[in-house]
Amino acid sequence: MNSPLLRVKDLTIDIPVGGGTLNAVRGIDFDLNRGETLCIVGESGSGKSLTSLALMGLLGGRIKRTASQMEFDGIDLTKANSKTMRALRGDRMAMIFQEPMTSLNPAFTIGNQLMEALLLHRNVGKEAARARAIELLEKVGITAAESRLSQYPHQLSGGLRQRVMIAMALMCEPELIIADEPTTALDVTIQAQILRLLVDLGREMNMAMILITHDLGVVARVADKVAVMYAGELVETGSADQVFNAPMHPYTRGLLRCIPQPGKTERGARLGTIPGIVPNLVGGVTGCPFRTRCDHAVAACRNAIPHRKPAENHRFRCVHETGHQTAETVV
Amino acid sequence: MLNFILKRLGLAVLVAFTVSFISFSLMFLSGDPAAALAGETASDQDVEAIRVLYGFDRPMLVQYWDWLSSALVGDLGESYYFKLPVSSLIAERLQVTMLLGLCGISFALLTAVPLGVAAAIRPNSIIDRIALFLSVAGQAMPSFWFGLILIVVFSIQLGWLPPSGTATWRHFIMPTIVLGYYAMPAIMRLTRAGMLEVLSSEYIRTARAKGASEFTVLFKHALRNAIIPVVSLAAVQMGFMLGGSIVVESIFALHGAGYLAWESIARNDLPTVQALILVFSLFYIVFTFLSDVLNAWLDPRMRAG
Repeated sequence: MNSPLLRVKDLTIDIPVGGGTLNAVRGIDFDLNRGETLCIVGESGSGKSLTSLALMGLLGGRIKRTASQMEFDGIDLTKANSKTMRALRGDRMAMIFQEPMTSLNPAFTIGNQLMEALLLHRNVGKEAARARAIELLEKVGITAAESRLSQYPHQLSGGLRQRVMIAMALMCEPELIIADEPTTALDVTIQAQILRLLVDLGREMNMAMILITHDLGVVARVADKVAVMYAGELVETGSADQVFNAPMHPYTRGLLRCIPQPGKTERGARLGTIPGIVPNLVGGVTGCPFRTRCDHAVAACRNAIPHRKPAENHRFRCVHETGHQTAETVV
Repeated sequence: MLNFILKRLGLAVLVAFTVSFISFSLMFLSGDPAAALAGETASDQDVEAIRVLYGFDRPMLVQYWDWLSSALVGDLGESYYFKLPVSSLIAERLQVTMLLGLCGISFALLTAVPLGVAAAIRPNSIIDRIALFLSVAGQAMPSFWFGLILIVVFSIQLGWLPPSGTATWRHFIMPTIVLGYYAMPAIMRLTRAGMLEVLSSEYIRTARAKGASEFTVLFKHALRNAIIPVVSLAAVQMGFMLGGSIVVESIFALHGAGYLAWESIARNDLPTVQALILVFSLFYIVFTFLSDVLNAWLDPRMRAG
């Protein structure tokens, strides 16, 4: 229990594009213990999904991934061959994707796809796999589970399909589950249900979870740890309490101003926005990527940005020692 | 599924009836059949006598009904030229054509599908380039020219294969290649395009995320979805091969149904031509039906439609 389940140091992802190299993810560090929930937040294109795919070894062939350390329960993922990765994927680490409508194979039954997840990794018979599939469908709250096995994806609604995806990811009781915006494509009324289900099951099975989302409300409710990503960098990490109550990085504070907060945001008051757009990441990226949109940008922001550690487990990157927190009015 | 099959079967029968009527009427569009039969030197009385003898004086619908009702019990009339029952004439010739067609489509599928899959796995690789070259060459070369080149090389210069006839399996090698190579490019390109599209889909990523091997991903999850349009195309190609292998049959002197059709048209042998048109259309109908059923089995979403 002393060493974390997942340890990532200096993860970098480069994508070759027409005009050079897109430095999509740069120098990401984080640890995740068993049973812990890490939420990665950030806007679209900040590299959240790429980071999760990199952990699973599911980046496309052209995309280059490097890391000084990337360990899953002592297994060095940077050196793992494809056979080792295949054995891990679906068994000890599983993933739930954003699009339930297209993430299931239209040509096979729900039962076939659920059972496959178990049969690939466990030496069990079809009957046992079938029983397990029924058990998990019931667990994710699907009624008439047994009769669903012979149904095809197109016969189910989006919410049901995402429940099936969750059941599929849980077939082998993984130690780590990565959910990449699992509720974004769903109806708002279903979103909360699915998320609740995922988090409850995660706790029940003592799974570590990486939840990628841009819904800060969700993060506040479920996260143990929060990592804020901006333009391919982790600008701030810490416990949920630290990041929400003592946000250090100007970007984190900007994000938090964008959502209404009970007791803090006055009725009728304008919510905050962050002006500007995400910088182009093609070619070398130096300095702070947020400086073009930051109220506190100074000349030094073009240089290397120091890592700061205001408290245990709380880290951020900014030239200002306190992220220039004091210069802003209360959040 | 059964419901779907019955629906498609009903549809196929309706199409067959329509086609039979059209093919029957077509023969009357090419002029007075009695005059054609009697020949250029015949007197008006002879033409009239022939008209009555063959029943051309009756209303067309009556003639159609007469023809159709005997066709349904296997009697397709008597060939004017061979003086033999058309049904036995066609049955004999069809053996060659069907064998050739089956060999041709098998050759096409067995080369095109693996090549298309290989090309899609590594687009722009050397395999992809070779596949592209082969398919462009296949599309550009006329069958008769390719057939003649094969005969020149393998029969005349090397002496490995017989140039014509149907006596042994070796006689079928070159015709199979010529016929199959004609269908290969389209099937190959469609397989490649389908695989490329499917391989970038999210359910393929899901399969990989489950820990499926590359083999399972390709041949269970991807190919089954990519092959669906190929099935429909192959069915049409197969129908074409059975009905339209006239060129190949003439080059290699295979006395098949395509060759018979060509002969009969030249000889104004009405009953034979009518029967052949009917048989060829029935092939199309049967293969379309089979491909619909196969596709519905492959893709559950089609079963509803």
